[in-house]
Amino acid sequence: MSEQTPPGLATAGSIPPDPDDPVRMQRTGPTATASHGPSPSGAWRRLVAGGAGRNLGLVVALLLICAVGVATAGERFASVDNLMTILRLAAIYGVLAIGMTFVITGGGIDLSVGSVLGLSTVWASTLATQTMARETHWAVIVFTALAVGVVAGLVNGVLIAYGKVVAFIATLAMLVAARGLAEVIANRRTQIVDVPAFLDVFRADVLGVSVLVWIFVVVAVAAWVVFNRTTFGRRTLAVGGNPEAARLAGIDVRRHTMWLYALSGLTAGIAGVMMLARTTAGSSTNGQLYELEAIAIVVIGGTLLAGGRGTIVGTVIGAVIFATLANVFTQNNLSISAQSVAKGAIIVVAVLLQQRFAARHRST
Amino acid sequence: MGHFDRSHSHNASHTWQLLLDARQNLSSFARMVADAHHEPLLHMRGIVKHFPGAKALDGVDLEILPGEVHCLLGQNGAGKSTLIKVLAGAHRPDAGTILWKGEPLRTTSPVAALRAGVATMYQELDVVPGLTVAENVFLGHELATAGVTRRRELHRRTQAILARLGHGDISPTREVGQLSAAGQQIVSMARALSHDARLIVMDEPSAVLDSEEVANLFRVVRQLTADGVAVVYISHRLEEIRQVGDRITVLKDGRTVGANLLVGDTPTADLIRLMTGRTVEGSFPERAAVDRDAEELLAVEGLGLRGVFDDVSFTVRAGEVVGLAGLVGAGRSEILETVYGARRATAGRVTVAGRRLRPGSVGAAVRAGIGLAPEERKSQGLLLGEPVYRNITLSSFGRFASAGFLDERAERAAAREQITALDLRPDDPDRDARTLSGGNQQKAMLARWLVHGCRVLLLDEPTRGVDVGARAEIYGLIRDLAARGAAIVVVSSEIDEVLGLADRVLVISEGRVVHAGPSDRIDEHGVLDLVMEGSVA
Repeated sequence: MSEQTPPGLATAGSIPPDPDDPVRMQRTGPTATASHGPSPSGAWRRLVAGGAGRNLGLVVALLLICAVGVATAGERFASVDNLMTILRLAAIYGVLAIGMTFVITGGGIDLSVGSVLGLSTVWASTLATQTMARETHWAVIVFTALAVGVVAGLVNGVLIAYGKVVAFIATLAMLVAARGLAEVIANRRTQIVDVPAFLDVFRADVLGVSVLVWIFVVVAVAAWVVFNRTTFGRRTLAVGGNPEAARLAGIDVRRHTMWLYALSGLTAGIAGVMMLARTTAGSSTNGQLYELEAIAIVVIGGTLLAGGRGTIVGTVIGAVIFATLANVFTQNNLSISAQSVAKGAIIVVAVLLQQRFAARHRST
Repeated sequence: MGHFDRSHSHNASHTWQLLLDARQNLSSFARMVADAHHEPLLHMRGIVKHFPGAKALDGVDLEILPGEVHCLLGQNGAGKSTLIKVLAGAHRPDAGTILWKGEPLRTTSPVAALRAGVATMYQELDVVPGLTVAENVFLGHELATAGVTRRRELHRRTQAILARLGHGDISPTREVGQLSAAGQQIVSMARALSHDARLIVMDEPSAVLDSEEVANLFRVVRQLTADGVAVVYISHRLEEIRQVGDRITVLKDGRTVGANLLVGDTPTADLIRLMTGRTVEGSFPERAAVDRDAEELLAVEGLGLRGVFDDVSFTVRAGEVVGLAGLVGAGRSEILETVYGARRATAGRVTVAGRRLRPGSVGAAVRAGIGLAPEERKSQGLLLGEPVYRNITLSSFGRFASAGFLDERAERAAAREQITALDLRPDDPDRDARTLSGGNQQKAMLARWLVHGCRVLLLDEPTRGVDVGARAEIYGLIRDLAARGAAIVVVSSEIDEVLGLADRVLVISEGRVVHAGPSDRIDEHGVLDLVMEGSVA
């Protein structure tokens, strides 16, 4: 008699010893059918459950922080000037975090980005570099900073991919070594940038928006395209998602891993140029602990720390969230220490939410 | 007897009480019988164990007497490993009874089994390389007072056990990682003895030993049995079983098909007959004769990987399926992986359609048109969190890109074409690969190489984790691909699968090719004989 009835109903009478079971069936029932086929509601569900949904959550979080900012600081917070301050702050962290997004999605980690940033500002502002820049072109400074970043990244990449050094250790060594090298070069002095052409270009506003913010925008758009629309991005997902499967499919996992760290070095170099422009000084203390900020931004953005899944949009929003949070605290004259506690709490909440999401994603 | 009145009641707890009483009566009966004869140390009856989608044990009986060496025989997948895990408390049986010295044994956990006196030496050495010999022997039951280890006592007791095993030369303070495989095995055995075990299960203990070490192992086994300890001995080598065994139980497809056979009275032919017998019937497609003039797509000459296999040579023509048969660990998967370049060969060469491959380069193999469907699809083959179409184009997405920019529409179209051709279900290219069944995951692997345009396919255990219905489909696909001109190499632990599918068979035993010939000139008995004895009986 029960053969014709749907399983969810039939079991209600026939399996009394386990009262949990029918409940579970009812709960899994609708989701199971919804994920079948490309029905409009299924597509919508997939969109919400996928990247768009998570980013929506981030936007909501950002709006909440803004609401707190408006409530506590009013006009001081909700002004165009302050918005620009927030974006300028977000820009440097954001560029670093974008490089980090690639590395983490590819199954790695780069602890050296803050130090490499510092080293690139020092190397690009030495007397020799500045003299050469004044005599030839301001681009010399930019080129130097980027070259320092890429070379440091390549050293990381070669050690990790071909030397089989664990990424955590290799980049930790680079963190220490790059900072030390920066101190040696700068002799622990702050090197003031005195190349007017360089400062004119990078401290300018275009359409009322700082060039630093424009650099962030360009890097973010380029990264989004590379991440989502190119073979490089696809390889990154494959290498981070299942390196053995990628290798057996014929992908050169080691070479790709090396390029990922080179890319992270490049973004550290770009962030170095931005730092030079913002502070007009090269210093071995530039970028201290920025690696942790960058990793936190990436994780909050929704990139899986284990690799294989990442989001550039999430990282960008994450960077803005962190900068806004810092701004709200500063506007209310709260200490850096209180900021740190709040950031720590946000990281934990973000990771907990991510795990919940991942578990739900796997079960459907 | 008053129980009968209550049995009419539908109250579940009463029924349970009845069952428990019955079991107690039964066990006292068993004790009576046992006292009269030779009391079995262990008696397993009607053991059933299901796994999702498969019945690993389907009514196994096993009777072990004190002080005997009881050999457990059966092909891969017959249920030996599951049975010993049930015995060791790692799996809980779904049905059946286990009597230990006449009492019901509840092996709810490995610790409980050890406490009762059942110790297990698993096939994979389960020692911790970074700890000392003594620490390994007493792992899990450390000798300690208030958390502080009693080192001197520990070393003294370890020394005593090692001496009993004839290996007083191994220092208890030595780090286990520095010992040879044989030495580590001794440590594993010492651990079993440290629990004062009455029954020691040895799963293929001789696999890592040379002949002298095997002789020592047998000496230890005899000494143990003289002390009344029973040994369950699992090995594929019949000569060992004849040397050291007392009785044999044969498993096949999760059932006991031969129980308590005396080693001296049972000819090899009888054992092999019990272990074999076609189980997958009529599901293999017809084979067309291979064209003798067909192009030789894959040629492997004198291929070797030091310490794993030597001097492997074979060729595969277009349209031909070659099967590699042998036990797990015989080197079959390693041969495939070396041909593919995933391991760097230490000798020999691989040629594809006349062009020699660079050794140790998967990229070169893939470019030359070789595809591998690895044994562990989930960990070695697929990106589980990525959509099906990206899994299918994983080896060829570069072709759907211009200047690095991917054309995902073309990618999806190519994937969809293969999804339709291979009848992969559900036919949604955007679904996560994780959600596919085993058979459809295998189809996705095949689709990957078809999109890439491979002409040489290496399939490692193509039907592992694939249910019976989908198996026939996979077999059909493999033969169909061959008929369309592919050269295919299949590795399988299931001998009938290799024989049913392949045109020619290579039998691999301990890293050597011991037989090569057409699959219709050898039967399952012959292959099994080769695998276990190294020659045709």
